[in-house]
Amino acid sequence: MHVIVCGKVIPDSSVTLQIDPDTKRMRRKDLPHELDPAAAVAVEEALRLVERHGGSVTIVSMGTTDATIGIRRALAMGATAGVHLLGEEFAGSDTLGTAKALAAAIRRLPSYDLVICGTESSDSYSGIVPVQIAYLLGIPPLTFANKVEVDGNSISIHRQSETGYAVVRAQLPALISVTSGLNEPRYPQLKGIMAARKIEIQTFSAGDLGLGPDDVGASAARERVMAVGAPPMRAAGRIIEDDGQGGKEIADFLAAIRVV
Amino acid sequence: MADTIWVYAEVVAGALTPTTLEMLSQAAAVGTAEAVLLGRAPADAAEVLGAYGAAKVYRGDDPVFDTYLVLPALEALAVLIRAHQPTAMLFASSYAGRDLAAGLSARLDCGAISDVGDFELTDGGVVATIPALGGSYLATSTFARPGPRLLLVRPKSFEARRIGGTATIENVPAPEEPALRTVEVIDRVEVPAEGPQLEGANAIVSGGRGLRTADAFHMLRELAELLGGAVGATRAVVDAGWVPYSMQIGQTGRTVKPDVYIACGISGAIQHLAGMKQSKAIIAINTDPQAPIFQFADLGVIGDVSQVVPQLITELKRRKGLA
Repeated sequence: MHVIVCGKVIPDSSVTLQIDPDTKRMRRKDLPHELDPAAAVAVEEALRLVERHGGSVTIVSMGTTDATIGIRRALAMGATAGVHLLGEEFAGSDTLGTAKALAAAIRRLPSYDLVICGTESSDSYSGIVPVQIAYLLGIPPLTFANKVEVDGNSISIHRQSETGYAVVRAQLPALISVTSGLNEPRYPQLKGIMAARKIEIQTFSAGDLGLGPDDVGASAARERVMAVGAPPMRAAGRIIEDDGQGGKEIADFLAAIRVV
Repeated sequence: MADTIWVYAEVVAGALTPTTLEMLSQAAAVGTAEAVLLGRAPADAAEVLGAYGAAKVYRGDDPVFDTYLVLPALEALAVLIRAHQPTAMLFASSYAGRDLAAGLSARLDCGAISDVGDFELTDGGVVATIPALGGSYLATSTFARPGPRLLLVRPKSFEARRIGGTATIENVPAPEEPALRTVEVIDRVEVPAEGPQLEGANAIVSGGRGLRTADAFHMLRELAELLGGAVGATRAVVDAGWVPYSMQIGQTGRTVKPDVYIACGISGAIQHLAGMKQSKAIIAINTDPQAPIFQFADLGVIGDVSQVVPQLITELKRRKGLA
């Protein structure tokens, strides 16, 4: 089976995410980047599926040149092909623009059986791009999966719910979004890292995908951020060091706010 | 004419969800509120929706909406939105809400704003306020183009108010196309949550990686019991398998707003803050003085949870005359 993983590269977990007041977008320039942990789970699940059923995994990522960090990581984990949507035309895309670009790229790849996304990226976590991609590709979306099984031409998942889970089934090709607890992504081995270096990453510009300013980029965005400000401040709290009285201090505080 | 705001009504565990009623109350406060209710629902659902402000309920009760996920509801909603053109449609930031808003934005080629904490109507438009990056920023967003406006609203953003109205009911036919019946529900499995429910708890004691062991949750349960509250957890310890997902608080878990939130060994990652920052009072216990959680704490104790929590338990028992 051919499994396509959509994933992005985000500032790594050591970075305190900030919004640039001028562009009103998340600051990404000159920060250390990594493959989104949510995407790493998607790559891992794809690899496990092809290890069981045979096939190949393609990682597709949209972003600046930093995106190659994530694509290389996925290749080092074991993905066999990498696709990079690269170009200024993509900058400022909203969720639907992003989904249109990814769907257009997927349509240009060899025929696939499954698309896997994280349920949401770990930086902007809107959580709606996967279903948008599925709709644009005309394939069934199976979301919030915390268990995945492929059997012949059909796929079934455990879909997380408010009260437990639902067992949900569809025919392939399909799209699934996977939750962070689904698996523990493997660490790339030296052999994989070396092999990944030899793989040529395919790039697509918006023009290559037949997409214009009405489809992707800031000009196509259906949402516009008007302003970004500081939230209403909480009054600064009291910070104390525990010297054996920490528990008592908390009890006093609870009494003061009438919880006890 | 007043703006019409639609609310997608969700039923979980046999009852309309609190977020449905919260959104409806707010919609009724700023315009004419109408609800769309698809699939299985309690017999009095339309009555309850009316009582919380819905002037009208679009009701589709065909079983197809429960048996097949996303697409039948999406198609029914797309047809309704095209026909009636509400000023905005509100969905909860829930599993079903996110799937439907996402699919609709692709289906109708329109915007969907996520993570909305508040919104207002402005001369035919909608301005949404989004607590971005776990509430470190407050962003305001609007829709750049005409067309349907979809908002995904965070739980507990508004007060649910029973104002005692009555809704008229309009029947919604189920879409017939077999092509929409592709995502089939084979079974629904309930996983009972342990202990008291997080939603609605006045006090929540929550644990993160700083607890170091799954066993430490016993101590948090004892503390929660003394406070008459519930126990929560971060995604890190849920992913580690220490406690079930039903206890997860944060962006991908539950959103809570208790009178007091006691964060034990929690560093305060953005995703966790998103689910608890609205708590009335926050107490944090952590060994790392640099932990971001201290910036949000009303009382922060720099110390080891395994020392401080037992002290607190002993102290509370003493004051209650239990020890």
